[in-house]
Amino acid sequence: MILLWGSNARETHPIFFHHLLKGVRNGAEFYVVDPRHTSSASWANLWLGLDVGSDISLANAVGREIIAAGLANQEFIRHATSGFEAYKKHVEKYTLERAERETGVPAEAIRRMAQAYARAPRAQICWTLGITEHHNAVDNVVALINLALLTGHVGRYGSGVNPLRGQNNVQGGGDMGAIPDRLTGFQHVENDSLRAKFEKAWGVKIQPKRGWHLSDMFEAMDHGHLTTLYVLGENPADSEADRHQALKRLGGLEFLLVQDLFYTKTAELADVVLPAAAGAFESEGTVTSSERRVQRVRRTVPPPAGVRDDLEIIFDLARRLGHDWGTPDPEAIWNELRALSPMHGGMSYRRLEEMDGIQWPCYDESHPGEMFLHGRLWSEPLIGPRAPFSMVEFEPPVDQLDEQYPIRLTTGRRLDDYNTGVQTREYSSPLRRKEALDVSPEDGQQYKLREGETVRVTSRRGSLMAPVRFDPGLRPGLAFLSVHAHDQVATNELTIDAVDPKSGTSEFKATAIRIEKV
Amino acid sequence: MDLHLTDAQATAEERAAVDSELGAPESGWQGGQRQSGETRAASNGDAPGRRHRLLPVLHAIHNGIGWISPGALNYVSLRLDVAPAEVYGVASFYGMFSLQPRPPVVGHVCDDIACVTRGSEKVCAELEGKLGPAGSPCSGGRAIWLRSQCLGLCERAPAALVTSAGKKSQERVLAHASADAVQSLINNAVRGRLPAEPDVLNLQASVPQAVQKSEPSPLRLLRRIAQGGASTPEGYQRLGGYEGLRKALALGPEGTLRELSASKLLGRGGAAFPIAKKWEALFLQRNALQKNPDRKHYVICNADESEPGTFKDRILMEGDPFAVVEGMTIGGFVTGAPQGYVYLRGEYPLAAKRMQEAIQSAKESGLLGDNILGSGLQFDIEIRRGAGAYICGEETALFNSIEGYRGEPRNKPPFPTQSGLFRQPTAINNVETLVNVPGIIREGGAAYAKLGTNNSAGTRLFCLSGHVARPGVYEVAMGTTLSRLIDLAGGVAGSVRLQAVLLGGAAGTFVGPQELDTALTFEATRAIGATLGSGVVMLFDDTVDLRQILLRIASFFRHETCGQCVPCRVGVVRQQEALQRLVDAEPLGSSTQEIALLREMAQAMRDASICGLGQTAASALESALQRWSLFS
Amino acid sequence: MLDAPQPTIPLPRGPVPHAPPQPGRRSIELKIDGKSVSVAEGSTILDAAKKLGIDTPTLCFLESLTPVNVCRVCVVELEGSRTLVPACSRKVEPNMSIKTDSERVRLSRRLVLEFLASSVDLSTAPEMQEYIERYAANPERFGPAAATVAQPVKIDNDLYVRDYSKCVLCYKCVEACGVDAQNTFAIAVAGRGFSAHIATEFDAPLPDSACVYCGNCIGVCPTGALMFKSEYDMRRAGTWDERRQTQTDTICPYCGVGCDLTVHQQDGQIVRVTSPLDHSVTHGNLCIKGRFGWQFVQIQPAGKQEE
Repeated sequence: MILLWGSNARETHPIFFHHLLKGVRNGAEFYVVDPRHTSSASWANLWLGLDVGSDISLANAVGREIIAAGLANQEFIRHATSGFEAYKKHVEKYTLERAERETGVPAEAIRRMAQAYARAPRAQICWTLGITEHHNAVDNVVALINLALLTGHVGRYGSGVNPLRGQNNVQGGGDMGAIPDRLTGFQHVENDSLRAKFEKAWGVKIQPKRGWHLSDMFEAMDHGHLTTLYVLGENPADSEADRHQALKRLGGLEFLLVQDLFYTKTAELADVVLPAAAGAFESEGTVTSSERRVQRVRRTVPPPAGVRDDLEIIFDLARRLGHDWGTPDPEAIWNELRALSPMHGGMSYRRLEEMDGIQWPCYDESHPGEMFLHGRLWSEPLIGPRAPFSMVEFEPPVDQLDEQYPIRLTTGRRLDDYNTGVQTREYSSPLRRKEALDVSPEDGQQYKLREGETVRVTSRRGSLMAPVRFDPGLRPGLAFLSVHAHDQVATNELTIDAVDPKSGTSEFKATAIRIEKV
Repeated sequence: MDLHLTDAQATAEERAAVDSELGAPESGWQGGQRQSGETRAASNGDAPGRRHRLLPVLHAIHNGIGWISPGALNYVSLRLDVAPAEVYGVASFYGMFSLQPRPPVVGHVCDDIACVTRGSEKVCAELEGKLGPAGSPCSGGRAIWLRSQCLGLCERAPAALVTSAGKKSQERVLAHASADAVQSLINNAVRGRLPAEPDVLNLQASVPQAVQKSEPSPLRLLRRIAQGGASTPEGYQRLGGYEGLRKALALGPEGTLRELSASKLLGRGGAAFPIAKKWEALFLQRNALQKNPDRKHYVICNADESEPGTFKDRILMEGDPFAVVEGMTIGGFVTGAPQGYVYLRGEYPLAAKRMQEAIQSAKESGLLGDNILGSGLQFDIEIRRGAGAYICGEETALFNSIEGYRGEPRNKPPFPTQSGLFRQPTAINNVETLVNVPGIIREGGAAYAKLGTNNSAGTRLFCLSGHVARPGVYEVAMGTTLSRLIDLAGGVAGSVRLQAVLLGGAAGTFVGPQELDTALTFEATRAIGATLGSGVVMLFDDTVDLRQILLRIASFFRHETCGQCVPCRVGVVRQQEALQRLVDAEPLGSSTQEIALLREMAQAMRDASICGLGQTAASALESALQRWSLFS
Repeated sequence: MLDAPQPTIPLPRGPVPHAPPQPGRRSIELKIDGKSVSVAEGSTILDAAKKLGIDTPTLCFLESLTPVNVCRVCVVELEGSRTLVPACSRKVEPNMSIKTDSERVRLSRRLVLEFLASSVDLSTAPEMQEYIERYAANPERFGPAAATVAQPVKIDNDLYVRDYSKCVLCYKCVEACGVDAQNTFAIAVAGRGFSAHIATEFDAPLPDSACVYCGNCIGVCPTGALMFKSEYDMRRAGTWDERRQTQTDTICPYCGVGCDLTVHQQDGQIVRVTSPLDHSVTHGNLCIKGRFGWQFVQIQPAGKQEE
């Protein structure tokens, strides 16, 4: 059984979806939870069209139903988890009726999904930004993890919880330590002995406390705590929620350095722009995919004249700052990392090549890598700490609907484009249409709109003009915009920067808007 | 699935036609008006189970509208959750369907080899004068006439069939046909005045033995037809019907199999495979059936009789439809199949009507359904009509056709008894074979085996047509000689001087006048390099240009190859081209070279084609080249 | 657009996970061209022949697709079988005795090649040219008036070109677009017989169809009937030169699935992108972004630099 929650993988992860459909054709049941009836949802045995941001209510009700039906995996719960009794008590109030009220999904559909998930011999939950682009992103995630713990659908072949990563190396970025509280290999920066290992290897002192995540940084700009910013391969001027505010913050910096392939909106604001080579095609190194597979990227074509590899730029910067690291050698750097990060220890370039990539952890050169995680939860006796249930409550999106802003706008990707579109707009996609506000046919009728007609879309933060398109995948009261074409429709003029305090992610998925004829 | 449709919308009439087959759409996701609840939960889990309705739905549109438009196709796509390109691929496979606007009334005039001996070219020529060239609209744009392949009405050649699409779609057979009669039938159809019955079974014209007093041996397969037939279950039972099933129920599946095995009955569709072996193969898998609820057995009656010159199954279904139902029901009992299908040739309107009526009244009389004859036996039958594709008579192509795919044959193995319809164990038998079954069970397998010869048991139906005095279907014991059979049918007609006999149809073989002593058995025909095939015995007098007949057969295969495998798809084209050059006396190199080329192609087609069509597409030609010097 | 980071890791080291063991397959022994060979149950004659080092010609067969056995160029002679059998799909059975190079086999293979070469433009199918030589096929013998599938090339989008004059109807593109990979079903075989052809619904241009431009059909096309527009343009301009091309594998820069891209470059320009059939992530398949979304690294669009 495959449960795709808050993801339109058919369009955002097309090749993953091939694998998923192979499972479906082999008899796997397929459930989709998504406010929109997406191209993924049209393959589902059952689609649940919940209200944007009501995921926790739904997940808790599923948990309650599994327990009430006697389908919880008591043996696994006893063996490997903690906090079950508290969880059971906590979800008691999330009855199917309440969940129907809060999510809009019929109780019977919730019951059917709960039963299917719990009864399946193997089941996995896969999600994408529909879960994480909320002000309570981490709570959403743990609400799903609770379900896996409840049923034992974790740490076993064919089961698990699986965030589908949206970018080719967002997993790798985290693995390398580009998160506020970790060093390479997820080693906690506030752990003295781990930190000491790095300090010894690098001959420098490392700040002993966690840093800022992205949203912290942007807030810090407001208070003058952050005055200089070095941006590599990001386009926050287009991609940050509440764009109006983001532009103001970036504009107020003392010094902005942008390193990118393109002269992006952000680059336009920069003091200095460093033209960089394209990672996937013009440089050597590794990336880590959604399934924790570390794979080699290679230089396939030379970069244009005057454009330099990220490593060369960083080495040069270091030299100017008084540290001569010599000539950059990607493999040597990788080997240094392997020496410091145990979970990468066995991943020599040679093995990465021979094995078409290796899934971490891979501790030594005789280790095959691990096709799934958390197998330890099933070992006798249990290895490591118990996996905790978490008590999380439903909280509606911050940007609430009212008479002024009666329509829920949600955002996402389309098949042929990517993020702010700087890379993808360079190729001519026959699928690409002019960016438009997708609304339900019913809303089109109610507002007396014709397809293609330009309307004014206004949120509490901004306003823009966009043509409308009817999409029967949307229900009345739900609208959709992509984030790809800020030159046509600057979606983030509308979105809210209500930030999840744990992950630093903004609530891109839930904006209150109104639509007006012009 | 995530369908992507063009903007073309179905008209109200097209939607009504589809809904008449499928019922009203359940939800907005399937093309209906959407209700508010549907925007909160939707289920598409049953989508794969809807595809097999595709062919019936395409028929419904075609019957209702006369052609399949892009809008109608989109609506089908939505209703069945099948991608529009796939629906198009299937619809464009069948000769009966038009994917371009076409008038509602269509006159199909047969110009195939049997009809050509009986003046079909004259009919066509006159029609051109009256209505304009074939394929162009006539009767004020409300009708069109087309040349057609064999319509399976060879005993009444020349033949025609008029179809009329609309709210009340109708079909009417015309045989013997004249140009005047065709024109007047088309005009009547345009005015909505076709007779209610699509045809009348006339024993005089179609079953001469039934009206001949000097019958040498008692009829078995044609007995009830000769006795006037039965249109109700009661009438059928008065003529001995359902005694076979009752006895089978008493004998049990194993006992029934023993009788079948003792009868030595071989399949009558052309391949001559023992029916007992097929049924036993399913019977032996009954344990797996109990263990796995997803497993199901099927019984299929192959009634897609399309071999040019063949019409025996049509007459059995028109005259004795309950016998088909009873034979299949015994099959269901023995094999453990709860469901049977009759795959019935699209051009057989009367047979379809009679079968439908028989199935309906059998259900009403407790002879089909959940508790047959109070025995607890559960068995049901559904009819699927073909749509103008000869290849669908090939058993695995037939499965694909029922399942809603293009009627392309599958590679064997696996054989149908292991993996057939819906990839489930399937017993598929020809109409005549199944009609044999009740009698065999009633009278005992040993009694049946005494008929005919040692290796070819029983009686057999033969379809006599062409230059024969009394064309029609004849039942004789296997082993009867060809000359005796021809005598039974009144001897050679036309010039009275026999030139050739085509045995087994377009996929069969020609024999000459010197071979008339051949006994009609599997073994004796094999010995002279011929085949009984589907029982065709088509006579050609010495005025016939055999080269033209060969060319017509080659064109038939060129038209009917499914196009899946290379040797057949291209081979039948190259064969027809070479033959045309020979007929035109414009050979590449010499005639000898062309004939050598034809023989090489024939071997490759026989050896490397996927199915029987390609494997036998050169058979008639080769037999003729062997017997006559036609091109020197 | 950052995903939420993972919660608490590193985790304690556990047992190395494994996939559940597959049921064992018995070994089947058969004879091919007089030599004995053993292969696992479920293998095909083609697998067994390969194990003996016998080079069997194939056209419609591809490891990553369900065998359709329609081209019949791989037929072999199986003792006891009335007809030849397709090596690519016929499963081995104990004690089969097979000839792969008998007179009958050679004749059928030669005729199949002659049938194809006389009806289809095979000018961009080098493998077929080799087979034609190997079997001394002479497509000219059907004369100059032999029917062909020649038709105008279809250029209806900027990404790829369809030249069905080169189509051998191997069904691979239909399979890749359908159940074997993409499940979009934008194309199917339509029509019948010699008129059978690959088509969208009502033969509509691709932009009106369900096509999502994954290009997985191009990836499997054996004759160049389906071709990158970049390659098509360069061939027309006379600048396509595979001797000057190199192939380097890298990872797609877009979503997190980790698809392996084989980048074909000529003179420092990307000219086409494929993916290895045996890659565990892609099985040779990509999406529109992976296959076509590389234009942003080009200094000039591929195929245009010479104009």
